[in-house]
Parts: sequence; C-alpha cells; structure tokens
Amino acid sequence: MLLIHCPYCKETLPESEFTYAGQAHIVRPEMPSEQTDAQWEEFLFLRANPKGPHYERWRHFHGCGRFFNAVRDTVSDKFLTTYPANTPKPDLESLIGDAE
Amino acid sequence: MLHPVSQHQPGVLVASVAAQVSLCAPVARLSLRAKGDVTPLTGAFGVSLPSGIGTCAETDRLSAVRLGPDEWLMKAEVDDLPAILSAGERLYDTLPHSLVDVSGREVTLELSGPKVLDLLTLGMARDPEMIPVGDARRLNFDGVTVLLWRKAEDRFEMDIWHSFAPHILSLLKTGVAELAAEV
Repeated sequence: MLLIHCPYCKETLPESEFTYAGQAHIVRPEMPSEQTDAQWEEFLFLRANPKGPHYERWRHFHGCGRFFNAVRDTVSDKFLTTYPANTPKPDLESLIGDAE
Repeated sequence: MLHPVSQHQPGVLVASVAAQVSLCAPVARLSLRAKGDVTPLTGAFGVSLPSGIGTCAETDRLSAVRLGPDEWLMKAEVDDLPAILSAGERLYDTLPHSLVDVSGREVTLELSGPKVLDLLTLGMARDPEMIPVGDARRLNFDGVTVLLWRKAEDRFEMDIWHSFAPHILSLLKTGVAELAAEV
C-alpha cells in the first residue's frame, strides 16, 4: 500500500483513504465561448501520459475531503511531493535531487 | 437481515474479556463550515474552535473537532441545540457560515477494553496508536468513512452514519468474540 502525505492534515496516511483525480494543473479557459474546437479537445480529452514524474490531483476522501496536488513517479510509484491545490508547480529538478 | 443500530437501547451491545462495544445516548450534532477568521464563533458557542485538523476542544456540554481546513463538527447536549443554532444565526451577517443540525445522521459507538487497539485494526489501515489521546480523526474503517475520537488510552468513540452502522457493528461483534478467543 502507498503512503501519501496529505498537505492539509499534515500526516502521512494509507492510500485507501485517498482517491485519484486525474492530471493536475489543467486550467479551465477564462472565456469558454472563445475557444476553438481544437482547444476544447485539448482541455477535455488530451492528457499527458509520462513515464516518470507526473503532476496529478488526489483527494483525501476519507479524511479532510480536500483535493491536493502530487508529483508521483509513474515508474516507481513513489510520491516525490504533495502540495496544496492552487499553488504553483514545484521545481522538478530539486524534487528528483531530493529523491536521490 | 441487519437491523438499524439506533433501534437498540443505549448501553452495552457486545462485550468480552478483550473489548466492549456500547451504544451511546443520542446527542446533538452540528456540522459547521466557515472560512477566514472564526474567532467570533468561539464567543457564540462558548468553545474555542480547534485549529489543527483532527484536534478537539471540549467544554462540559460541548465538544468540537476540526475535520478539514474549513470544516468542524460539534457534539452537544440535545437541550442546547436551539441555543447554539440561534447563536450561529446572529453571527450570520458578519461571518457567513453554514451551521447545520445533523443530529439524525449518525450513531456513536463506544469501544473500550484492553484489546481495543487490536479491535480497531480489523477495519482501519492506519495505526490506531498514532491518534493522540484527546484527538479525533475522520478515516476509512472497513470501507466506511467514520469519525473516531480517542477519549482515553483504551477508549474510543466512533461516529458512523446510520446506513453503514449495522455493517460496522457486525464486524466489531465478530472482532470482540475473536479477540476473546485469543486471550
């Protein structure tokens, strides 16, 4: 079982309390009516599928109920960091340095 | 067929040398959602709302726990409910918040006994020892979201939504008997 650190509860907790919520940092367009079909397609359907660190959203469902962001390595399944929603992407270089 | 747990009289539901499960008397339960500076609510409810997630604050008639960044749950005497609701209402103009009576939502089981920590491990992936005495945590217990208060080293209270309570109680009954067989 994975252990995930919730940035709101500030505890490292079992994976079974959390749910996965897709790729993080996808910004909803400010003027939806001005979007082209291609832009909508990208917003709705096109997602990164990296081999390695992936920015993603998780929710502490059986707990504080909050959505937060995480960087998880899709190869090793290791969480490099978790951070509150609405905060900027952490610098990947320093995270990988920390992990090694 | 599993019967509603609330049909039972408050009191011991199952007991063995290992642990005991009892049903607590009904209390008033209030869900509070508020953002920003919540100190005005402290004066209204007579309890200072706890600041850390999972920490509790108690007076002799009311206990409050912070469940999330903007969410608290309060348990109070049934008679105090109208006074608390109107105290919240008076503050509504200055501090917009949501204070909802959810007394009918759940039942509370009290778990105690020398093997109560082993009993809890039947349903939760967390280590129950990690919950400090006096704190409470909302967590996943055998697939159900419950609120677990640690009242003493070997005494817990578990708030469970009605529809999930028969399932949790039957698991606990099995556990209480099973742990007694090991003693």
